[in-house]
Amino acid sequence: MKRALYLLPVALFLVLAGYFAVALRPGRDPSLLPSALIDKPAPDFALAGLDGTPGLSLASLKGQVAVVNFFASWCVPCRAEEPLLLRLAEQEHVPLYGIAYKDKPADAQRYLAQLGDPYRRIGVDESGRTGIDFGVYGVPETYIIDQAGHIRFRYVGPLTAETLERELLPRVKALGAS
Amino acid sequence: MRRLAAAVLLLLLAGGIARAVEPGERLADPALEARARAIGKELRCLVCQNESIDDSGADLAHDLRVLLRERLKAGDSDRQAIAYIVARYGQFVLLKPPVEPATYALWFGPPALLALAAIAIALRLRRRDTSAPPAPLSAEERRRLARLLDEGT
Amino acid sequence: MIVELGHFALILALLLAMVQASVPLLGAARRKAGWMTLGQSTAVAQFVLVSLAFAALINAYVTSDFSVANVAENSHSTKPLLYKITGVWGNHEGSMMLWVFILSLFGAAVAWFGDNLPPTLRARVLAVQGMIGTGFLLFILLTSDPFHRLVPAPLDGRGLNPVLQDPGLAFHPPFLYLGYVGFSVAFSFAVAALIEGRVDAAWARWVRPWTLAAWCALTVGIAMGSWWAYYTLGWGGWWFWDPVENASFMPWLVGTALLHSAIVVEKRDALKSWTILLAIVTFSLSLVGTFLVRSGVLTSVHAFAVDPARGTFILLLLLVAIGGSLALYAARAPRLKSGGIFAPISREGALVLNNLLLCTGCATVFLGTLYPLFSDAVGGPKLSVGFPFFNRTFVPLMVPVLIAVAIGPLLAWKRGDLAAALQRLWLALAGTVAAVLIGFYVTGGGPVLAVLGLGLAAWVLLAAAVEWAERIRLLRAPWRESWRRARSLPRAAHGMTLAHMGLAITVAGIAASAWQQERIEVVAPGGTLAIAGYVLHLDGMTKLPGADFTADRASITVTRGGETVTVMHPEKRFFPLQQMATAMTAIHTNLLADLYVALGDSDGKGGWTVRAYWKPLVPWIWIGAVAMAAGGLVSLSDRRWRIGVAARARAPRGARPAE
Repeated sequence: MKRALYLLPVALFLVLAGYFAVALRPGRDPSLLPSALIDKPAPDFALAGLDGTPGLSLASLKGQVAVVNFFASWCVPCRAEEPLLLRLAEQEHVPLYGIAYKDKPADAQRYLAQLGDPYRRIGVDESGRTGIDFGVYGVPETYIIDQAGHIRFRYVGPLTAETLERELLPRVKALGAS
Repeated sequence: MRRLAAAVLLLLLAGGIARAVEPGERLADPALEARARAIGKELRCLVCQNESIDDSGADLAHDLRVLLRERLKAGDSDRQAIAYIVARYGQFVLLKPPVEPATYALWFGPPALLALAAIAIALRLRRRDTSAPPAPLSAEERRRLARLLDEGT
Repeated sequence: MIVELGHFALILALLLAMVQASVPLLGAARRKAGWMTLGQSTAVAQFVLVSLAFAALINAYVTSDFSVANVAENSHSTKPLLYKITGVWGNHEGSMMLWVFILSLFGAAVAWFGDNLPPTLRARVLAVQGMIGTGFLLFILLTSDPFHRLVPAPLDGRGLNPVLQDPGLAFHPPFLYLGYVGFSVAFSFAVAALIEGRVDAAWARWVRPWTLAAWCALTVGIAMGSWWAYYTLGWGGWWFWDPVENASFMPWLVGTALLHSAIVVEKRDALKSWTILLAIVTFSLSLVGTFLVRSGVLTSVHAFAVDPARGTFILLLLLVAIGGSLALYAARAPRLKSGGIFAPISREGALVLNNLLLCTGCATVFLGTLYPLFSDAVGGPKLSVGFPFFNRTFVPLMVPVLIAVAIGPLLAWKRGDLAAALQRLWLALAGTVAAVLIGFYVTGGGPVLAVLGLGLAAWVLLAAAVEWAERIRLLRAPWRESWRRARSLPRAAHGMTLAHMGLAITVAGIAASAWQQERIEVVAPGGTLAIAGYVLHLDGMTKLPGADFTADRASITVTRGGETVTVMHPEKRFFPLQQMATAMTAIHTNLLADLYVALGDSDGKGGWTVRAYWKPLVPWIWIGAVAMAAGGLVSLSDRRWRIGVAARARAPRGARPAE
């Protein structure tokens, strides 16, 4: 009994070290947050478009598996994922929609003219309120919304070729097939 | 690479110096504003680690402060206003985690530890106390002692 | 060339550390004097070599040698010289160099000042220091080489984060590391004692000065960090329960417990295995803190750039150092004979209570800091544990500590008389009640808890004063007699009084923050803002060029009742290189309260957001911390720690004071 008491510190430490080892596993990023809205209905929104083009609303997305990408002209990492988004739209024919988060229409327009416009339609969220309803905390963020209008996946940060292939596309395909 | 990009993103959003609670954000009603301040202090700014939205200069914190005040003005109770933000960002925004099964160890761990340690110490002190004064000799022992003393002389 | 020499010196230091870790240990086991004394020479040589390497790195920063990757990433040619030097430890690699530099300094200090130690103990202590040095030098050389060259060298560096361009960086990390790393000596003494299988009063007398020195440095380091946050953040917060702050606070809490339990070992030969455990845990918490800050498992404002290889390496270090020492503890500690017995109400009992509460407090901080990680690791929810948790759990634990800190010193060893102690404290008790009543009256019934906090502070302060006055029979004996008693009182006793008073002062500063006032308004030049009886006149704004920034500088005349009090100059600085802005706050203090002014954004129409705060007693937080550290230093100067002198001191001089 007394002996066991002396073993307690080292035992506790080994448990702690186990937790640390789990926390160190590759791919874990403590700054990433899961979405609170996974498998829940996407928040309703109706946003104006750019320069007279039709805007974007939740109702208009219903009936298909849509990928919604929050971007901004002031966001540097967004530029990094732009080529991938173009590929996603042109080669994979994924219905991709854009929401310009806290951006001025003119700036967003210039940004897309410069880098290419991968989106089927764009909504401008100048106040950022739609972003808050989605739980956006840093652009770029990418969401998959299913046919019934439920959020099924969220990705925070710029997409990479790897995450596109491994995480985004399989989910879009699986949801589309069901 | 991923983390580097995230760091860049955070920097952009954090926007530098303290601009927490700007004059333009404030509500005219001081009672309502006081409630908003109190709630804001317990909500975490998501893009700046470990700061409340009340203290943070980040744009998102500003937006959340404005939103919070709108909810209060619309007649939300404190609880409803907090629930509104938790519904969007999850429990992570609460600087004070709720007391629920997943946090029992957090909330009840320290008092339980204190109680256990106090009991352990009390038991130890008592054991020592009882061992301190030697028990009086039994009749058999007294006889043996007398015999030994007799032999000695 | 100098850079390569520095690198080479670091590799040599590693080799020497390996020798230091093994040969003296074997020598102590086989009683070979020559092998044992090798520990001293290697410790000193290791210090020289690490100093050379550190100097080489500093030189690369001072000369802006951007062919060194570490310099290119963290410095810039236009930076002022002070920030070129302090920037050395403003990043991961450089701060690790500071870490091992201080570690080798302590190793050499043990070699220099350890003449009074038994040779086997000294050899073993130095060997354990050598093991720690080996681990960290390997860590630097394998994962965090600060001497890595860039080909081709960039034309200029990326610069230092503007937030770190502050005199605070010159002092805060060195003091913090002196504290963290200083506890390694107590750790080495504990491990050496476990190897020897003997812990006695002499051992406690050797360990205590090292622990005291580290504790003083850590106290100052934490206080400086808090003060730095206070004057840079622009709204006057001084403690955030951030993981990195907690990482420094946890060793402080257990280190404080260790200081007190070591007294019991020294005076009463009791609590031996417990004290050994505390010594191991204190340094282990420093190591865990290093892991948390540098591995990226937690997010924090202060955390360094992240590299998984580093995290894995430090985790291995933790397993060897902490796991190894605790395993040794489990094997050897049960055989340590426990000494003197004592009643629950006694000086020992009070110190046990102190240990119980401080350690539970540390466990609480530990749990709160790591709970998000635990929850995440087992697939639980993502949680935040912020200040409301710590305020509700940690703060209540400190209330009994403060009550007991006043009574403990008045209890006798072995068996104390609580009623008698309280009777002697009647003056302090009356003063406390008066302070609370006055507090309620002045603040109009103000926040009850804050008034009670002030009452606790008064209780600790008055009780420490009463205890000290009683010892020297102040006002009861003639002045001459009191003076003689004060002089013959051991320095450690004066130190304790000062440190406990410092604690009271800090507590008062913390409690009084409940009454701070805040005004945030847009003010145009010529406009005014009133706060706490002061009127702030914004006289005007000027644009100033700085070394590597431009500043908007406000000129604010502060008046009170029509009289000018001071002129304050808060600034907003913009650093074009990093595209970052920082606020330079202006603080006017009269030591009873701070007037704190920070400049926000311009509204584009000539007006500026001015954030003004009135913070009563806030300087006391740091004054108290400095007093605590000063108390530690006074105690450190006690001649008892210098063995040999102790015997002489004890002999004459009349009345031997009861301690």
